[in-house]
Amino acid sequence: MATVTTEPLEALEQSWYEPPGLISWFTTVDHKRIGMKYLVTALAFFVFGGIESLIMRAQLGGPELHLISPEAYNQLFSMHGVTMMFLFAMPVLSGFGNFFVPLMVGTRDMAFPRLNAFGYWVFLAAGIFLYSAFLIGRAPDAGWFAYTPLSDGKFSPGINIDFYALGLIFTAISSTGGAINFIVTILKMRAPGMSINRIPIFVWGELAMSLAIVFALPPLTVACTLLELQRRFGFHFFDSGKGGDPLLWQHLFWIFGHPEVYIIVLPALGVVSAIIPTFVRRRMVGYTWIVVAEMATALIGFGVWTHHMFVTGLPQVALSFVSLVSFMITIPSGVQIFAWVATLIAGRPVLRTPLLFVIGFILVFVLGGLSGVMFAAIPFDAQVHDSYFVVAHFHYVMVGAVIFPLFGALYYWLPKMTGKLMSERWGKASFWTIFVGFNLAFFPMHIAGILGQPRRTYTYQAGLGWTAPNLISTVGSFLLGAGILITFVNWVWSLRRGPEAPNDPWGGDTLEWATTSPPPEYNFAAVPTVRSLEPVWDQPELRDGAQPADQGGRALVGGHLTLSTSMLDGTPRAVIPMPHATAWPLVATAGLLFGFWGVVFGAWLLGGAGALLFAAGMIGWHWPKGETQEG
Amino acid sequence: MRARRRVAMAPGGVIVAAATAACAGPASMLRTAGPGATRVEHFWWLLFGISAAVFFFVAAMLALAVVRRRRPSQGDPGREVEPGWGHRFILVSGVVIPVIILSTTFLVTLREMTALAKPLHSTRLTVAVVGHLWWWEARYPNGAVTANELHIPVGEPVRLELTTADVIHSFWVPQLQTKMDQIPGHTNEMWLQADAPGRYRGQCSQFCGLQHAHMIFFVVADSPGDFQAWETREAQPAAAPSSPAAASGLGVFTSNTCAGCHAIRGTSAVATVGPDLTHLADRATLAAGTIDNTQSELARWITDPQGVKPGAIMPPTQLSSSDLADLVAYLQSLK
Repeated sequence: MATVTTEPLEALEQSWYEPPGLISWFTTVDHKRIGMKYLVTALAFFVFGGIESLIMRAQLGGPELHLISPEAYNQLFSMHGVTMMFLFAMPVLSGFGNFFVPLMVGTRDMAFPRLNAFGYWVFLAAGIFLYSAFLIGRAPDAGWFAYTPLSDGKFSPGINIDFYALGLIFTAISSTGGAINFIVTILKMRAPGMSINRIPIFVWGELAMSLAIVFALPPLTVACTLLELQRRFGFHFFDSGKGGDPLLWQHLFWIFGHPEVYIIVLPALGVVSAIIPTFVRRRMVGYTWIVVAEMATALIGFGVWTHHMFVTGLPQVALSFVSLVSFMITIPSGVQIFAWVATLIAGRPVLRTPLLFVIGFILVFVLGGLSGVMFAAIPFDAQVHDSYFVVAHFHYVMVGAVIFPLFGALYYWLPKMTGKLMSERWGKASFWTIFVGFNLAFFPMHIAGILGQPRRTYTYQAGLGWTAPNLISTVGSFLLGAGILITFVNWVWSLRRGPEAPNDPWGGDTLEWATTSPPPEYNFAAVPTVRSLEPVWDQPELRDGAQPADQGGRALVGGHLTLSTSMLDGTPRAVIPMPHATAWPLVATAGLLFGFWGVVFGAWLLGGAGALLFAAGMIGWHWPKGETQEG
Repeated sequence: MRARRRVAMAPGGVIVAAATAACAGPASMLRTAGPGATRVEHFWWLLFGISAAVFFFVAAMLALAVVRRRRPSQGDPGREVEPGWGHRFILVSGVVIPVIILSTTFLVTLREMTALAKPLHSTRLTVAVVGHLWWWEARYPNGAVTANELHIPVGEPVRLELTTADVIHSFWVPQLQTKMDQIPGHTNEMWLQADAPGRYRGQCSQFCGLQHAHMIFFVVADSPGDFQAWETREAQPAAAPSSPAAASGLGVFTSNTCAGCHAIRGTSAVATVGPDLTHLADRATLAAGTIDNTQSELARWITDPQGVKPGAIMPPTQLSSSDLADLVAYLQSLK
């Protein structure tokens, strides 16, 4: 069934060729390699954040232990939050998004490949910047929320919080650039025929996330800038003694911080919607319901920030409106849950590892959602606010809605990414260890909170009934760590010994299964024309790797080319040339890193050198290269 | 109790019983001793009942899906049409029922908020509570000042005026009332009522730095008579030293760094950086609930505060053993 002659394939190989070897990992603009870099780097930070949490759990294994100092504990819990939010959960989903969005929408790369490379390098540099604070023992220590005035220059005179404020601004550059790239890719680069009602739900999730990022991160950047101005240059934005107000920080932070939860959760929910149809052998029940629910969540998520401030003494009338919106936002999540449940009941579930993680996710996410609804009930929230009950809740939501789908996604998609199958038996062992460990670690925290244990304490007193739940949590957290380790070992094992993965090991429905595992640089031998929401199920000609020209496949040989289409109905509009590998984004990022270091240490010479390097990188990146701007 | 029993009839009865048994700790919000916390406790059991029902419904649906999975396969994947019941199921389970449950809960929320706000307007006594790094100051209208131990009369709502001297703290006594933040530049208010005499543990619940973990206090609910006596006694200046050791101890106090931070009303020590010590011997704990107020612990706290509570503002004081003994004797005489 050779539908494409070898000649165009050779031409494609030549146009899209990236040299192998170490150097190319520094210059690549291929979305798949960038996606892989995102994934591996984010998982490395996940390990760091996990080790931080295990040290904290060891310290909390019994009352009044002295394994670490209060200062060390405060740095650890602050960095655990910052790491898991900004260096793990957001980028890891960008990693999967980077790899799979272009494949799922049937194009050859992200809309702006060099911006994509830049986004990755900035993420890595921001991570190095934040962790360099650990090396000098000055990691942020006022929590990931860094409430003023505790975080201002008077109560936190060290440079710990400068690392925090500048580090978050640094990561925001990466996520904002990435989000814009996703939006343009999803709206303008879909395969011909992929009208808006044929976009895979996972891609909708990435779109909802990206739109939320574009609107949610500016308030954070503003807040961090104001904080840095107050700390460094004597401004008084949050200083009540000089007419400022510490509550301003809380508003700005949570206007970002609550949408942030959905920024992280939405693409993970998209993963769930990608895995379920494949393993129940039928299309999703209620596609439109789910898509509308995802977009509604992203929107309503901007209206509930004040529910983090129910005990700050704001007027009751204002709070009751926020309470109402906080109840409302449950409904889209409920819709998605029952759409998944309906699909599972209507289909014939095959209990492979990815689906196990999805079922575990639903159970955990429902529990976390239910305790979340409780917080909308203001009097109850005012009782458990800032207690361990909240820690339990958001780990059920965040770990439940990120780790479970993420590990499901690893088992589901790694064969496509690496070309190797993972062990199913160890996958199941990993699932059960994670599931049991997770619940042991976090369920007792509900009880500790009800027993009155406040969160963010480096130790606690005996005789209050807190010892037993804390000890169980500690044991559970190590079990959870072991379960995670099993999957990592499984991954490494599969790379060395795993059987070769076929194009479509699971019988999936979306376009990534219509190419080889791993996919070639150009993704598809022919950019396909799509006629269904489940193209790989409904268009048998796609399974052979290249759609024949008479069925709509476009090989687009003779250059580094892909297709741009219209936003709503996916009508082809233009053939666009794509840029080649380059090191300039890396140079610009290095400039940024030195610049940020210069600012944080007050080493203005270093900062100036960094700014010059950044400018050089930008000039090199944008230097005219002839008619196509590419070379 | 009635609410508790009603929920216990539900399928989650076993869990309810287990949770109730597990949640009987000394500062548990389910072992309430005041009308505010009791209202919230009843509300919690309503929320818990709803949540348990929803969770078991979803779990049962998932179980159904897994059990039904052995049905023979029919046709190619994806060829099946949307089942007619699918949309109705999503509409009813995902929208209609949640809207009914959530709007009911919202109305209950509004009712509870109104009820919980009401007693604030019928209080007779107002106590000013100031949060400090890492201790609590309480000021009474009659001039009484104390730290880390807030006395209130039993059976009536007491108004608290909550402020902070430095960073944000949060005042929380789970058995009596919901919490309220203390924020620079703001004065927040709440009310507190205990229905039975006793000591109720409270702790700062907003992260406030190194010793957030040891920013503990107690609300002591006295009978109205006892409270009257306490308040009157507490407003009086410290008694003159009654023994030679105590007299020497007062000298040690005023001639060392102690008086640079602490006040003992009736003496030359008037600083307000640290807690007022006028009636220190009346209090059961030291260092904001960190250690018991005994002779040896007091001596340890004076000589090695950083060992007791690392990061505390109080510096260590180097004293000869006889000076230390005199100082402790004096402080222990401050009833």
